[in-house]
Amino acid sequence: MLKVNNVTKRFGGLVAVSSVDLEVNEKEIVSLIGPNGAGKTTLFAMVAGFLKADEGKVDFENASVLGMRPHQICKLGMVRTFQITQPFAGLTTLENIMVGAYSNTSETDLARTKAEEVAEVVGMTSLLNQGADGLTVAGRKRLELARALATDPKLLLLDEVMAGLNPTEIDDIVTVIKGIRDRGVTIFLIEHVMKAVMNLSDRTYVLNDGKLIASGTPSSVAEDPQVIEAYLGHGAAEAMAEGA
Amino acid sequence: MTNFRNHLYFLLLGALALIVLPYFISSRFYIDVLTLIFFTAYLGQSWNILGGYAGQFSFGGVMFFGTGAYVSSILLTTFGFPPIFGIFLAILGGAFLGLIVGYMSFRSGLKGSYFALITLAFAELLRVLANSVEFTGGGVGLFLTYAPGLSNLQFESPVGFYYFALILMFISIAIVYWLESSRFGAQLVAIRENEDAAEALGINTLKCKIYAIMIMGAMGGAAGTFYAQKYLYLDPPIAYSIHLSVEMLLVTIVGGMGTIFGPLVGAFVLHTVNEIARHFIDTPGLSLIVYGLILIIIIGYLPNGLIGAFKKKEKKSDSTSLDKKTSRGDS
Repeated sequence: MLKVNNVTKRFGGLVAVSSVDLEVNEKEIVSLIGPNGAGKTTLFAMVAGFLKADEGKVDFENASVLGMRPHQICKLGMVRTFQITQPFAGLTTLENIMVGAYSNTSETDLARTKAEEVAEVVGMTSLLNQGADGLTVAGRKRLELARALATDPKLLLLDEVMAGLNPTEIDDIVTVIKGIRDRGVTIFLIEHVMKAVMNLSDRTYVLNDGKLIASGTPSSVAEDPQVIEAYLGHGAAEAMAEGA
Repeated sequence: MTNFRNHLYFLLLGALALIVLPYFISSRFYIDVLTLIFFTAYLGQSWNILGGYAGQFSFGGVMFFGTGAYVSSILLTTFGFPPIFGIFLAILGGAFLGLIVGYMSFRSGLKGSYFALITLAFAELLRVLANSVEFTGGGVGLFLTYAPGLSNLQFESPVGFYYFALILMFISIAIVYWLESSRFGAQLVAIRENEDAAEALGINTLKCKIYAIMIMGAMGGAAGTFYAQKYLYLDPPIAYSIHLSVEMLLVTIVGGMGTIFGPLVGAFVLHTVNEIARHFIDTPGLSLIVYGLILIIIIGYLPNGLIGAFKKKEKKSDSTSLDKKTSRGDS
């Protein structure tokens, strides 16, 4: 469904993402993990059209989306959420979700119905008339998810929707994400919460210093010495092996 | 929104009152003041669409007014083209200017104060241009002949212009009322609140912003024809006066940006304050100081405008009743 081929992004002398290849298949939940500054969000931004890749190809459903603007990519069925939540602060939750729903209809009533439906899916029904600026962190993360979902995407790019949430809230949102996948939406997510990554993803890619260092099932990736070193520092894998 | 529908009855009553008002006012002065209020409210509303709803503050809104005024006036003086049709070309001219300015500035990603400055620069550029070319009458200006009649959009009695301005204002309110309940309006507000998020959710932000400035331009164009046919004289400092650019944003900010009635409320309050200050204070210049002081007080204490202050109170009582309802539903 999504094919990223040899994509590179440089900011001046810094190579933020370096020749990355990855693939997301239909109906999968694929995660992208890596230490802070690894280039995960930059990669997302390139896939969703917010940044232009310096090299490489990004194909969505066998058609190149390189050089398209975000709204065009959204119309094709690929939509992203933001790590730093970007609510329409002056609007209510309902109005926020309706903006997403309007991408498929110009009828206000239809958009409202769709928004209420989506709110039900992500569990925001009781917050519909609340101002988005009054939402908690968990509420805002859900709102990001809801707005994106309201555009009826085929592929959702979720950028750390669990960061800053407490364990109960994480369990809740994991259930919500599984529910979304069961409705036929493919999901590609960036996440730091390992428990959720293990629990959710079919496959995982690990990015470090802009390079892919591992990929596979979450459990195999977690045992990969390169991955352990990326997270815990040089020599950590050896030390762990000795300790065991 | 629902509040608005509930109040529709009162609004129709208010509209009716404005329609019959001239039959009860014999003073030409009051009719003129009201005409001016409607006219300013109309221009404020045009600014409100781009500034209040889409969040793009322009500082050169007068450019559409001036261009529209020149389009219909030059057509009239040069070709004898009747203003009743000329006004539509003025509208087209304003929209076209909006397209050019919008495309050039939004395409290059100008926002905030940069956008405000570029619109100011465009208005100034047009003023200088109008001064130096021949077909605008240059610095001498254009004199229109007084020939009352509907085809000329001129009226013997000031009441005629009162209705002309009232119709313009009604149309502007209808446009914004439509915005409030339409997808396009929601998209403009989304752009105002967060442009990146709007783009991510499938909104063509560039196109929407250009449409918004074109609507503003079209409205400004019609206002230009109105002015030219009422005052029968046009020169570059009038057509492209910074004063008018400021006035249209001022009435909107004072009344409440991004609201249906903000510009009307703002225009009414500011004009009334201005007239009262002028009437009761004889010392020259002092009335302006009083006007300025009141302006400072309004903007300082009511950042969301008069309507915003009123809405906040309403919202508070609204949300508390809603909380009660939901808590009752839970138990």
